[in-house]
Amino acid sequence: MPALPLDEAGKYVAGAYLAFLALLLVYVAIMAAKLQRIDRELRSLAELAEERRGDGDKP
Amino acid sequence: MRAFTAILAKDLRVELRTLQSVPAMVLFAVSAFVLFRFGLDRTSLDGSLAAGVLLATVLFAAILAVNRVFVAERDQGGFDAIRLAPVDATALFAAKAAALVVYLVVLEAVTVPVFAIFFLDDWAALLPLALVLLLADLGLAATGALISSLATGSRARDLIVPLVLLPLLVPLMIAAAGAAEPLLAAGGPSYDRVATWLGVLGLYDVIFLLIGYGVFDFVLED
Amino acid sequence: MGDSMTTHTRMTRTRPWTQPSSHWLALRTLSIATFAAIVAAFSLVFFYAPLDADQGFIQKIFYLHVPLGIVALVGFIVAGIHAVRHLRSGDPVHDARSYVSIHISVIFGVAVLVTGSIWARASWGKWWVWDEPTLVSFLIVFLLYATYYPLRYAIEDRDRQARYASVFAIMAGAFVPLNFIAVRLAETLLHPRVFATAEGGMPGSMWLTFLVSLFGIALLWVTLVGFELAAKDASAQLARLRRALQPRPAAGSGRRSSAPATVSAMRKSNARLAGKSRGPRGPE
Repeated sequence: MPALPLDEAGKYVAGAYLAFLALLLVYVAIMAAKLQRIDRELRSLAELAEERRGDGDKP
Repeated sequence: MRAFTAILAKDLRVELRTLQSVPAMVLFAVSAFVLFRFGLDRTSLDGSLAAGVLLATVLFAAILAVNRVFVAERDQGGFDAIRLAPVDATALFAAKAAALVVYLVVLEAVTVPVFAIFFLDDWAALLPLALVLLLADLGLAATGALISSLATGSRARDLIVPLVLLPLLVPLMIAAAGAAEPLLAAGGPSYDRVATWLGVLGLYDVIFLLIGYGVFDFVLED
Repeated sequence: MGDSMTTHTRMTRTRPWTQPSSHWLALRTLSIATFAAIVAAFSLVFFYAPLDADQGFIQKIFYLHVPLGIVALVGFIVAGIHAVRHLRSGDPVHDARSYVSIHISVIFGVAVLVTGSIWARASWGKWWVWDEPTLVSFLIVFLLYATYYPLRYAIEDRDRQARYASVFAIMAGAFVPLNFIAVRLAETLLHPRVFATAEGGMPGSMWLTFLVSLFGIALLWVTLVGFELAAKDASAQLARLRRALQPRPAAGSGRRSSAPATVSAMRKSNARLAGKSRGPRGPE
């Protein structure tokens, strides 16, 4: 099996490593979105809990 | 042991009376042979093509039976009955797997001669082929009973079985086809490496029978 | 996916699978170690490892493709082990670990197939080859584990879903080596091994690069599993909090409270309860 010339081979190797990187970054992005959602909901729930506590003080 | 024979006898009796699995399997297989005749544009098959057509057809026909193997238990509360009785869950697994083997053997007893009539020039290989098919049936039955039990609890029952079962059956297919191909060779059966493939088939059977034996308690538990 | 799983939860287990905060520190250390290992590995690949005599520069893909494959397969077997522990103990922690192990290994599996395909194209001009037993065997394993998700989501009852998923993970874990043997046999008996990959005949410098790369990819797997588990845990805690903040029904109303599914619905019921502060029970 003859070896491809360096510049052609380089594109494929780069492609493979970039595909790996891309997959990793997609995963990180999805994880970040998940965390953002959790954070947002936590904030709302915290406000809700504070509101509740505030109402309970009313006579 | 008594539970095993009782459940197996019940299933075979029901099948004999209602004929819901085996005739469908046979009809399916024969229709599939006709499809292959036209799909491949061949009237005679040998070697890898013959092995592939026969085994793929048996595999797909088996799925028809596997889909229904726990239907009665699910519909009529059979699972609860077995849970309440002092019976090993593994007896249920063994009985269902044995029932599947019986259906498959009957299927092959009818359809292999049909296959030979349709496509084979030389019938000399049929006896050793029967051994290959028997070992394949054991593997099909073990994995089929396991996957069917998992699918019984699910919503998309009929989809889950073929979906999950087919990739699981690939090594079985590889080994069975590997053994069948030389047996069905054009110039007459050859026994080249058949023993190796029979060994792999046997290994597959043992592994999945053991797994079924080990995990079935957890499948039944509720 | 983790969120749709937790919304199926009925609190049949009293002990939630919690992760103490020391796990966050461990995750941070792991991430840094992973980053360092992968940078080291890639540096070795491109600046230290010698060029392969037959395949030339293309061979460099192997330092990525093979470790990804090995780690994914080991990951599947690890998932099977977690599944065994889940069945024996009934503890949902092990089910979570099993699920996440399979999830991350499936993602690594996609990477294996993509890098394998690129390598096949570069070496053979075709985007897929049936001659490479490892690649083919991997495809089959990947196809099998891809069915894990539809199987899980087809079962509604949370406990049974976890139990059956564990049974599947055990079957599939046993399947991995068996499948590898069968595919390998099929190829070696039909075609002689054409590609000597990470076996025999590799000079020491290639071995070192390969091992460092394997180590880095393995660390990456562990780190991603850690993050995924932490995210699931956070979602579960959130669900717990949401449930705890549900307004209780007014006494004697005879109406069963159905949990408001969203925070805004809770706000509305909150406002409603606050408006009726002279009712039989004050807002909780």
